[in-house]
Amino acid sequence: MINQLETPLYESIAAKFEIASLQSGDEQLRKLRRDAFELFKSLGFPSIRNEEWKYTNVQPFLKEHYELEVIRQELSAEEFDKTAALVAAHLEDVQHSLKGAHKGAYRLVTVNGRINERLSVLPDESAVRILPFSAAEHEPAFARYFGKIATLKDNAFAALNTALYNDGLYIEAPAKAVLDRPLHIINVLLAGANVFVQPRHLFVLQPHASMEVIETTITDQDQQHIFVNSVTEIAVGENARFHHYDIQTGRKGMRFVQRVEALQSRHSNYSNYTFTLPGADFVRNNLAIHLNDADLESHLYGLYLTAGSQLADNHTEVHHKMPRGESNQLYKGVLLDQSKAVFNGKIFVYEDAQKTNAFQQSNNILFSDKASVNAKPQLEIFADDVKCSHGTTIGQINKDALFYLQSRGISEAAAKNMMVNAFAFDVTEKIKIPALRTYLERLITAHMETGA
Amino acid sequence: MLSIKDLHAGVEEKEILKGLNLEVKPGEVHAIMGPNGAGKSSLASVLSGRPNYEVTGGSITLDGKNLLDMSPEDRAREGVFLAFQYPIEIPGVSNINFLRTALNEIRAYRGEEPMSAKEFLALSKEKQKLVEFDAKLVNRSLNEGFSGGEKKRNEIFQLAMLEPKLAILDETDSGLDIDALRIVSRGVNKLRSDKNAFIIITHYQRLLDYIVPDFVHVLSDGRIVKTGDKNLALELEEKGYDWIREEAVR
Repeated sequence: MINQLETPLYESIAAKFEIASLQSGDEQLRKLRRDAFELFKSLGFPSIRNEEWKYTNVQPFLKEHYELEVIRQELSAEEFDKTAALVAAHLEDVQHSLKGAHKGAYRLVTVNGRINERLSVLPDESAVRILPFSAAEHEPAFARYFGKIATLKDNAFAALNTALYNDGLYIEAPAKAVLDRPLHIINVLLAGANVFVQPRHLFVLQPHASMEVIETTITDQDQQHIFVNSVTEIAVGENARFHHYDIQTGRKGMRFVQRVEALQSRHSNYSNYTFTLPGADFVRNNLAIHLNDADLESHLYGLYLTAGSQLADNHTEVHHKMPRGESNQLYKGVLLDQSKAVFNGKIFVYEDAQKTNAFQQSNNILFSDKASVNAKPQLEIFADDVKCSHGTTIGQINKDALFYLQSRGISEAAAKNMMVNAFAFDVTEKIKIPALRTYLERLITAHMETGA
Repeated sequence: MLSIKDLHAGVEEKEILKGLNLEVKPGEVHAIMGPNGAGKSSLASVLSGRPNYEVTGGSITLDGKNLLDMSPEDRAREGVFLAFQYPIEIPGVSNINFLRTALNEIRAYRGEEPMSAKEFLALSKEKQKLVEFDAKLVNRSLNEGFSGGEKKRNEIFQLAMLEPKLAILDETDSGLDIDALRIVSRGVNKLRSDKNAFIIITHYQRLLDYIVPDFVHVLSDGRIVKTGDKNLALELEEKGYDWIREEAVR
């Protein structure tokens, strides 16, 4: 890791840690951060020699000089107006689809990780508690779950986040609380310079709680590089249900590494929908589900539509530890231009996890000779009475189907768009919020009709 | 309407059409018959602009416009329709949305306003009835899980909806049982007018009992070697193609 010590980012991280370690809360938290930092130092940023990063070279995205500090204080009037305009434009995009069909969504706006109440429309506290992460340290559930779900071992980015996270969200749904509308979290990133930001979130659903969350990220159109290294821990209690949507759009210069880990209890349902669209330079999603109890279900749906020289990497892990768990993964990719995608899905079925049903499927279409996909499905089973399957396909656009559509007067771009929407259909049809599905289909159409 | 002159075309260096001539006028139905490998389906492909076909000589014009310069979609917008021998299944694309997109793109090309959902549905109902197409199939994914006969009937339904000038039916009768053949033929006969024309490619005379052609052409080795009226089809049914080949050689 010698070379890493010489990168400006690594040096500024080390310097920053000295300061941060003196400032943070109680001794327990300081120890957690110190240990995480030691771990990060021993791991260093991953290189392609690391099996988990074999097809994703993150080094080029770390070369810039990044500031580790972002605007933390109250927004100036000018910044507020800018943010309000960004949010309004974004809502016009998203909620155009909501009109008429739906009662809309609650809205939680954060600016560089900090909650902005003036721009938010929040649900009643009895339905869900929303706190800045930094103000949640004394919550009982915080003590119970923070740092206990995310896997730091061999995960340099997660270790770094734990050592140096900026702030984030603490969201807790009380027992039996059923949120009547989706909660739309809009993360606004404002950067005056190249920044490296590290948000940290914790979602806790107490028993029998139910919640739908949509996450989107927006930024201004400056050319600053923004590297987001986020970690989200999720605890889904007994009989709780969490539908978690992550819509990843962006612009050139944006890079994302995120780790989402969920811990599930008996009879719970965690469903994750991760959709990556053209825009950001690079996205690495690490999604890990721990089915640590019996009789529960997880659904992971992914769709990536990549363009330009974009790189989208999805790594999933599903850990079946107890009997009668059910997990279902379906990831679909459409690659345009010279973009690249990686899908690496692991299913582990532990000795005690009899009667597990675990399925995984990844399908990809390459729209260009220069696009590429590396897909690696993995299955490790230590129980003997289980049903598991996995499969991957990589293909090209069906030229006969394209010609058939064109022969009816449909332009090539529109025909390709129809075929991409059709290909994505078995993922998009899983979206439980009709307006969100419309929004996503509109995003696909917008890119297919300009890009392909 | 359609004028094909000395057409030479092929796939991957292999010449299949070797100087084909054909004139089609509004209101006419032309049947094209011929042995396997004569170039019947290639002719349909070249007319509709299938990408892997290369035209090496000759011309095709539709009402004076050069079809060969046009993309497949522009040919369709100009009024060429190919009923496929093997219609493609496209899961996830709904039959009705596909047709509405097609119809509105054709209208936009002609400078017409898009059709409203209400008008479109009314038109769709009317045409379903006309060509006896099952309403249940209209809302399914395009051809997905359709039987062979249902696929062919869907082609005729699309034909009814898009109202082309020139419809080419490429072995529409293949794989049809006698009832389906009657329904498909009834549909086509209802759609015939003095403004449109049909080219019917078939192996068998049977279809021509139902859709009576004005002309029957025999295609052999990339050229039309004999032209007659509907009686020529009956003669072919009885005697096969060999006598024509011999006649052509002489």
